[in-house]
Amino acid sequence: MSYDVVIIGAGMSGLAAGIRLAYYEKKVCILENHSRPGGLNSFYNLQGRQFDVGLHAITNYVKKGTKNKPLPKLFKQLKLKHEDFALREQKSSEISFPDMSLFFTNDFKIFEQEILDKFPSQKDNFSNLCKEISRCDELNLNSTPVSAREVVSSFITDPLLVEMLFCPLSYYGSAKEDDMDFDQFVIMFKSIFMEGFSRPETGVRQIINVLLKKYKACGGELRLKSGVKQINSHNGKVKSITLENGNVLETKKILSSAGYVETMRLTGEKIQPENGRIGKLSFVETIYVLDREPSELGMDKSIIFYNDSKKFLYRKPEDMVDLSSGVICCPNNFFFDNNPSEGMIRTTHIANFDLWDNPSSNDYRAKKILWQKKSLEKICTITPDFTSSIVFTDMFTPKTIKRFTGHLNGAVYGSPLKIKNGITPVENLFICGTDQGFMGIIGAMLSGISMANLHAMN
Amino acid sequence: MSKEEIREIIYNIIKDIAPDEDLSNLDDSGTIRDQIELDSMDFLDIVLELRKRYKVDVPEEDYPKLATINGCVEYLEPKLKGACVS
Repeated sequence: MSYDVVIIGAGMSGLAAGIRLAYYEKKVCILENHSRPGGLNSFYNLQGRQFDVGLHAITNYVKKGTKNKPLPKLFKQLKLKHEDFALREQKSSEISFPDMSLFFTNDFKIFEQEILDKFPSQKDNFSNLCKEISRCDELNLNSTPVSAREVVSSFITDPLLVEMLFCPLSYYGSAKEDDMDFDQFVIMFKSIFMEGFSRPETGVRQIINVLLKKYKACGGELRLKSGVKQINSHNGKVKSITLENGNVLETKKILSSAGYVETMRLTGEKIQPENGRIGKLSFVETIYVLDREPSELGMDKSIIFYNDSKKFLYRKPEDMVDLSSGVICCPNNFFFDNNPSEGMIRTTHIANFDLWDNPSSNDYRAKKILWQKKSLEKICTITPDFTSSIVFTDMFTPKTIKRFTGHLNGAVYGSPLKIKNGITPVENLFICGTDQGFMGIIGAMLSGISMANLHAMN
Repeated sequence: MSKEEIREIIYNIIKDIAPDEDLSNLDDSGTIRDQIELDSMDFLDIVLELRKRYKVDVPEEDYPKLATINGCVEYLEPKLKGACVS
């Protein structure tokens, strides 16, 4: 078998890249290690219930007809319609710190007013920061990384507001401990505050199904349960790819969404040093199914980002889980046509991969139960107590993330060092997805599109 | 293909790529991207559609020649000689 392009990974970036290439008549094959596409954002069924993995909310929401924003660009590039994703807007979200909270919706003016009311001294500073953000060309593939902490602190002089801005933006897309590249900060700031949150009417499978259908209609080939064993190169140039099952596929080019270090290991050409390139941030996530709508219990927010002190720490914790901060997502609290049949709350905290990876299987289960309980106690100090309404609980850990995504360290957002132009030391081998660096679901798809356009259309 | 036919296929491609844009006042001698909202990704799609629909390859160094409708017509005329509007 011989292809123009082989794509590693049927996640959002791989599928989007695949659609572009197949639509423009490239012979393309997507290889997916698992039995189901989606990658970091996938879904599963358990006890008759359907659950999403990864996706809390899709960022970058803008209404149909809005021009020049990532979401409409994505639809144009993939020849899809706004309606195809069936996106429903959030109700409202909150950044919750001790004695201070900031409320936001998909209307940026409300967030500006909140900051004006709660941080009156920062009025001009915040407006200048917003000007800087609007000026930034965050999608420039050749920019040099600058510390977002430094830039933001040069505008905002109240440290509490700085921490409050970093909390949601870090949680939803930073691979760097305690900082972000300013470009990343801008991408996240625009996608969350200036644009907004939505969820597809039927969860992440809605998007995956639309992408798959489009990809297949364009003539693309998808191979599930097809892990890659090795990328074969000759004179530093891609030649073929060997699958776990021994099959060899000839290909002119490879686009890999497996992560930079992960991909380079497949080529046998280890990059030195590897260390600073492997992400450290992983998470535990718990899903609670409730016997009623969370709003009946007084939980009316779509998403709450909380931190229990004035300083927000975003780093690999000493302990298995860091409960001092977290994200609480209520998938019911979006403007759906048909309300989900059951109530659901999902919670996320930063976790330590090594400590979760080590224990024996008995101990692992016991630790899961212990931390789920501790987490629930903590969460119920932020939200109304929903403990007695829980009818089902499931939890996944950094170990689960590693197993299903192949990301080293279970690092959800991949490497702290992004390869924005996608170029690797091997000719005709390119990176897309998490380690290219456009974050979020929409960002991931745009990453696949940009890399396909830049490297694989000729 | 005649000049007029080439002009029409360019308009059709732009219409498909940017369905929300009003092309009725487009000045054929002015830069397309100054007149309607077309980003670099959209522009690439013009080139890719020409390849897909009419098997015309436009190398990257020739992209500037496609900046105006008249430029497109001039540039494509020899390449589309003998081709039919499909």
